[in-house]
Amino acid sequence: MNFKLKIWRQKNAATKGKFEDYTLNDVSPEMSFLQMLDYFNDKLITEGGQPVHFEHDCREGICGSCGLYINGRPHGPLRNTTTCELHMREFEDGSTIVIEPWRSRAFPIIKDLVVDRSSFEEVMLAGGFVNINTGGALDANTTPINKKISDRAFDAAVCIGCGACVAACKNSSAALFVSAKVSQFAMLPQGKTEAAERVEKMVAKMDDMGFGFCSNTYACEFDCPKGISVEFIAQMNREFFSAKVCSHKK
Amino acid sequence: MSKKGFSIASLSHKYIMAAAGAFLMLFLVMHLATNLLLLAGDGGGTFAESVDFLLTSRLIKIMEYVLFGAFILHILLGVVIEIHNRRSRPVGYHVKPKSGTSAFSKFMFHSGIIIFIFLLLHLYHFFLVKLGFFPVYGDATEVHDFFPMVVYVFQSPWMVAIYIVSFIVLGFHLKHAFQSAFQSFGLNHDKYMPAIKTVGTIYAIAITIGFSVIPLYFYFIY
Repeated sequence: MNFKLKIWRQKNAATKGKFEDYTLNDVSPEMSFLQMLDYFNDKLITEGGQPVHFEHDCREGICGSCGLYINGRPHGPLRNTTTCELHMREFEDGSTIVIEPWRSRAFPIIKDLVVDRSSFEEVMLAGGFVNINTGGALDANTTPINKKISDRAFDAAVCIGCGACVAACKNSSAALFVSAKVSQFAMLPQGKTEAAERVEKMVAKMDDMGFGFCSNTYACEFDCPKGISVEFIAQMNREFFSAKVCSHKK
Repeated sequence: MSKKGFSIASLSHKYIMAAAGAFLMLFLVMHLATNLLLLAGDGGGTFAESVDFLLTSRLIKIMEYVLFGAFILHILLGVVIEIHNRRSRPVGYHVKPKSGTSAFSKFMFHSGIIIFIFLLLHLYHFFLVKLGFFPVYGDATEVHDFFPMVVYVFQSPWMVAIYIVSFIVLGFHLKHAFQSAFQSFGLNHDKYMPAIKTVGTIYAIAITIGFSVIPLYFYFIY
């Protein structure tokens, strides 16, 4: 397969970037999108050019590192698929593929297609954990949890923190990410104790990091590679409201 | 990166926006119910009686202030949120975003501006006349002789067209607004969200058609 590539190139955060046009021939339809970029970079290096920088790690859709804005959609044209799991057979032979980095004030560009997602890390550090006294391992089933609830908490916990929700949202809101993290803890007995404090801290940090406000367009749900539902945003709204109304000052 | 002047949480903006919007949606139902009396075919007699009732009720007087508060909050917050959201993505995408969302939800700010402009025109036609800022017109003799003013306004095909286009835009705004308000309050559940969405669509269509019937009636039938 042959493609025309239009890729955002930017030396670093301080310089202005621009699109560069390339042609890439002899791409195998079995290649993953990242393999295609590896192949392309090999060619660039042989020709004496600078390789295109992009983030990747596990290449099996669970680490959340890879994230490219491909032809107008985060992670490309398939639903529930990360960039690394996307294959070149999904593209039309001879077509142009436009590759852009995530765009958000909260995700500044480091180089080319790599963005700094520390803002997600900051939100997690603000409350995305459970304080437990460690000790000997507890017996299984000492804390009974309803199967439906544990399944639902798992549905939220599958969020890999890739940032596609922010990239897809017209307001670059992080509501889907933060709500998944808030909800996964709030539903389970271990996380419930700190639920009110957690949601207040995480939402405050989210606002602090410069994300936009959610306006319920649900683009995030559509483009989330893990299929996280906007019902969790509603759950976060409930948790936040009850925290503001019911929690104590000290 | 800091909040830059936003001292209340993003989610609190949503609650206030949704609460004000929900109140405005209830108001629209009341407003439509009263206005449909214009079609009673008795030269505005029943309508005038209901206006008299509304003018003398102390509760309605208080609600009028609440209504203005809701309008101002909803509009100001809408602008504040839009500015903040635009600043959250300083550099946009080269390819037009193709994420699946409904057009109703994407253009809430734009439809809001059109409704705001319509609101100014509508206030000029009726409310500001009632307050005495503008002289009465048509066959009206008193400031709250609305029926003859309605008859006069809807003799113009332009006004009929402007009102109906505005009602259609309002319908688009409400189509998203209804379920969005529930979502913002945290009421989204697989059990009842489909029902909320259906009711929201019916509500939006009913408001658009209900209000549109009035100018059409006065232009073509009365």
